[in-house]
Amino acid sequence: MANPPIHDHSYRQFLRDKKLMGSRCTGCGAQYVPPRDVCAACHEGTMEWVQMRGAGSLSAFTTISIGTPATVAEGYDRNNPYCCAVVALEEGPRVVARLQGVDAGQPETIAVGAPLELVWESEGEAVRETPTLVFRPRVAESGA
Amino acid sequence: MIRQRKLGRGVAVVGAGMSRFGMFSDLDAKDLFIEAYRAMLASVDKGVGPEDIDALYLGNFSNDFFAEQSHWGAILSDALGLVPKPASRVEGACASSALAVREAVFAIASGFYDIVLVGGFEDMSKRTTEEVAAGLALAASPDERAAGFTFPGVFGAVATAYFQRYGATCADLWEVTIKSHQNAVLNPKAQYRKSIQEIMDGKVEKSRSRGLPLPQWQDERAFLADARANPAIAWPMHLFDCSPISDGAACLLLVGEELARSFTDDPLHVAGIGQASGRSLSQADDLTSLEASRSAAREAYAMAGLQPSDVQFAEVHDCFSIAEILHIEDLGFFPAGEGYRAVTRGETRRDGPMPINTSGGLKCKGHPVGATGSAQLVELWEQLRQSAGPRQIENPDLRVGAAHSMGGTGGTCAVTILERR
Repeated sequence: MANPPIHDHSYRQFLRDKKLMGSRCTGCGAQYVPPRDVCAACHEGTMEWVQMRGAGSLSAFTTISIGTPATVAEGYDRNNPYCCAVVALEEGPRVVARLQGVDAGQPETIAVGAPLELVWESEGEAVRETPTLVFRPRVAESGA
Repeated sequence: MIRQRKLGRGVAVVGAGMSRFGMFSDLDAKDLFIEAYRAMLASVDKGVGPEDIDALYLGNFSNDFFAEQSHWGAILSDALGLVPKPASRVEGACASSALAVREAVFAIASGFYDIVLVGGFEDMSKRTTEEVAAGLALAASPDERAAGFTFPGVFGAVATAYFQRYGATCADLWEVTIKSHQNAVLNPKAQYRKSIQEIMDGKVEKSRSRGLPLPQWQDERAFLADARANPAIAWPMHLFDCSPISDGAACLLLVGEELARSFTDDPLHVAGIGQASGRSLSQADDLTSLEASRSAAREAYAMAGLQPSDVQFAEVHDCFSIAEILHIEDLGFFPAGEGYRAVTRGETRRDGPMPINTSGGLKCKGHPVGATGSAQLVELWEQLRQSAGPRQIENPDLRVGAAHSMGGTGGTCAVTILERR
């Protein structure tokens, strides 16, 4: 998949290959994740693929006790909530994602602003139909 | 720069009515719309006959999913005995019937029609809670859905961003809830007509009759802070932060302004209407304000030649408590970050300087999503014409009211300003 067309299908295919890809406008430099084929900022430049590092910080989150039939199938319920997050990527764009490695039963312990990293092997992955971004708290690097 | 848009012909509201809102196992959308239609007919001071109505515009989000039935325009035209009057369904998620009103206004303003029946409906309660959550989530963006966001989840996330930025807490949001319940007590059509205190008293009584230990809550705030009484749905959105699953319908009769006096000596005028689209949660510039609300409000104010301070009361789309806070800021009633303080100071109570959601709001009046936009205008109709009964705002010079509807996670917003001249 050298240079596939910029659309959601290609984006999901990249996720299956463990790559978080966005698009970048060659005209004004605006970046989008998921990718857009039309630049919403300048409407002029052509778009190219750009890979995101997968590091970011927590902008907002929720721990969901009443989910949908799909999350019930993943094993979540009123006694076992899951955490959804808005993550600001280091490169700028924000994405929505699942947040793991936090205590969703104790939302007071989860802090907006916390550093996060993308993970590819995650709980519930086998039963999800659509590839989903999953982040977890980033552990401080050695020497920090 | 907002261009000041004008209608080609003035449009007036000469009738408005709604069904009861609630969960009705024995009533479907057709039954509820007939109930709203009869209430509307009864509100037209000088009467209107079915032969007078030129066309119908009907807002509905997803009865296809909730009730496994599509093609509601024709079904309702037939149910009301209005065949062959044309009927069009308009969809804009939870703002559907606000958009239907806008289309009806344009149809009259163009000169094509003179008298239009416009309204909305939704029949949601025959599905399980999880199915309704999934059905509503169809209006979220594909990436939000893939991540597992529900609607309470999206607004829960918005709340955490608002808390972080402005220092508000869950307890501040519950002041919205307490107010909504107080207002709905006085609304005979509302789904929940009990104050939080009455709900607490009921739970104590139930425990007493069953011989169980009696719950000990000091006051309404302690009750809302009790996780057993008010569990998290999508933290920090708790049960009492969320609007319910509802069935209901509402409608209005709109006419060309020059015809209004044939129907009533006290018509209301469509002073401003605005509609705008917004990006999904993660793509928006700001997590604590909706760009579509701000744009729709700017358009409506410009058309009406009014400022936010000219609006005397409003119905806003409080599907969740945090949403009411965002909207009263985005509509310019309070500065950004000040909405929750205004609520805790009591400024948005019915007897405060800026009454918000005197109907009880979506939280307590109920939120049959496709009916909501037109039901908000029913409340403006009753308040502006001083016919809201015990919940009437005590201001004999009530002239300008605004309604704000939101679809999806802010993807669609509509603002309608009605004026009594």
